[in-house]
Amino acid sequence: MTAPEERSLQLAGSQAPVRVWEKGEGERLGVLGGLLGFPRWSPFLEAFARRRRVVVPSLPGFPGGGDFRVLDDLADWVIHTLDLLEAADLLGADWVGFGPGGTLAAEAAAFSPGSLRRLVLVAPLGLFDEAEPVRDFWALRASEVPAAFSARPELLFRELLAPPEGTDEVEWKLAQVRAMEAAARLLWPTGDRGLARRLRRIRAETLLLWGSEDALVPASYAKRFAEGISGATRIVSLSGAGHRADVDAPEALAEAILDFLG
Amino acid sequence: MKLLWFHLMPYPDLPEDFKEQHPSVWVDIDSRLFDPARAHQAYNDFMDELEFAAEMEFDAVCVNEHHSNAYGLMPSPNVIAGALARRTRDAALCVMGNSLALYNPPLRVAEEFAMLDCISGGRLIAGFPVGTPMDTCYAYGTNPSQLRERYREAHDLILRAWQEPDCFTWNGRYNKLRYVNPWPRPLQRPHPPIWIPGGGSVETWQWCAELDYVYAYLSYFGYKAGEATLRGFWDEMARLGKDRNPFRAGFLQFVGVAESRQEALDLYREPAEYFYNRCLHVDARYAAPPGYTTEATLRSKVVSQVLAAATRSSDREAFGPPGIEEIVSKGYVVIGSPDEVAEQLREVALRLNVGQLMLLLQFGNMGKDLAFYNTELFAKRVAPQLRDLFEAEWENRWWPQPLAREARAVPREVRA
Repeated sequence: MTAPEERSLQLAGSQAPVRVWEKGEGERLGVLGGLLGFPRWSPFLEAFARRRRVVVPSLPGFPGGGDFRVLDDLADWVIHTLDLLEAADLLGADWVGFGPGGTLAAEAAAFSPGSLRRLVLVAPLGLFDEAEPVRDFWALRASEVPAAFSARPELLFRELLAPPEGTDEVEWKLAQVRAMEAAARLLWPTGDRGLARRLRRIRAETLLLWGSEDALVPASYAKRFAEGISGATRIVSLSGAGHRADVDAPEALAEAILDFLG
Repeated sequence: MKLLWFHLMPYPDLPEDFKEQHPSVWVDIDSRLFDPARAHQAYNDFMDELEFAAEMEFDAVCVNEHHSNAYGLMPSPNVIAGALARRTRDAALCVMGNSLALYNPPLRVAEEFAMLDCISGGRLIAGFPVGTPMDTCYAYGTNPSQLRERYREAHDLILRAWQEPDCFTWNGRYNKLRYVNPWPRPLQRPHPPIWIPGGGSVETWQWCAELDYVYAYLSYFGYKAGEATLRGFWDEMARLGKDRNPFRAGFLQFVGVAESRQEALDLYREPAEYFYNRCLHVDARYAAPPGYTTEATLRSKVVSQVLAAATRSSDREAFGPPGIEEIVSKGYVVIGSPDEVAEQLREVALRLNVGQLMLLLQFGNMGKDLAFYNTELFAKRVAPQLRDLFEAEWENRWWPQPLAREARAVPREVRA
């Protein structure tokens, strides 16, 4: 697995440049990361890159993603996301969003329905049902984190949580806390920012993917999203995978997405 | 030095197996453990105790704010302070305090504190805490990434609202108010003394220094654990060119006084063990919402007090609950005869260089009789040995300036 190309994007109205990874040939496919992010190039992204030009812009709060503490409300976040997708040359492309990245992809698609082709949401956040609440992943003991995010906790720990060799452990830990804070800034306390009322504006054909063992966002939320979205929807469950399906089942997830996108 | 009598108002009837049967004393504590009729008695006992402390000539009585918390039954300390304003004559009222970011708009704090200051004739100490993660982010749902920004903005708004004579407009980041014009205004000018209860963060120390506020370290773990924090505070003051005026600093200490050390051990064993085992049983999951602790503080690896408490709570599982001997040997609670306690507290005050000493003389499930006994012994036989400390060398610029006693209203007697 070779490293992706890395470049810096200058966003309109933004001070610092934003990091973007790109790899592969073919049509451009934008990926917005989820909780815990993509701390390094992963087998899942690699599987994508064999068939598409994968473009992964860093989200605010994630390494290279710029300052998130200037984003105060949902409008700030959505405008930033649209600026980011535009700067990464992803307008009119297919978008894939994970967790909070799924929230942003869905919001951007609802605010600006003409800006994308097809939409893929992998266990997105943004809806909330009191009768079947999303787990409070900001109230986990450290020891509970791996099993909450993954059906293969040791693997998740190794790929996402453990610092790579030669990394400053304190700075690594800080980067993780910062990324969780960014997600909290967007979604605390329940994640409901009114997306349910806006889903109807998503006209793009949409794939909703869920790990069957997702311990954070109940799989039934796929149906809630599908019912609200105006475009044609398809729901696919990944057997045996947890919330971070890209870690638990990288090949199967990439296959399901590529199958949908054709 | 100043001696302040502090009440947390802990619910007195948590079951013996509380730790085993319940995950946390805070946030998601089982409401079925709460008996309002019991609370009726408890609140009235607690208020009797505060009034008795004022009668015993403590310099101040202190109340504070917690939410969804069985050891702190004051979601609104202002309610208690309002009653105390009428039922006490001379003691300062230290409201320690209102968590500014939780009030919408925060002008509410400017108004209620101004009311308290007017009613009490200028006896208010205005405490401005950020608030713990449990209170602010979990029980009140405040976004941890915005908490401190909201806190700072609320502070600026309140200070201006207290001082600006004209109605003004506030177009802040989080508060948009076309008309800001609180009635009443505080009696103390330019405003009541402001005290900042905080953990061990360098930013808080710098802020207190910059604005000339009292920094109060409200630890439950006594003078031994608090020494490092206070040393950090004074080092930072020195670095910033501030003097070592001990009245810049407040510190909280649990104390149990009796005729002898043995008697004190016997008397305070149960309430101390109740507090440290049941009341401090905080689930670690509520201790560290991302963004609550600033990056600078995280980086300097200063662990906040609540995090320490929560970690202690979970670490404890392996070691068993602390008994009174450990609670005393670690300095969480200072106990002994009046002379022994006075000697220890003098040393604590000098070593930590703290001029505003806050005392928890009621703690855990301590009943009213024992709380009165402890308070009276302290007032009559300990306090006289401490009062002279620092008074000759330093000016306490952070103490309320009330109206002259004869100018203050006297509430009429009420016939029941």
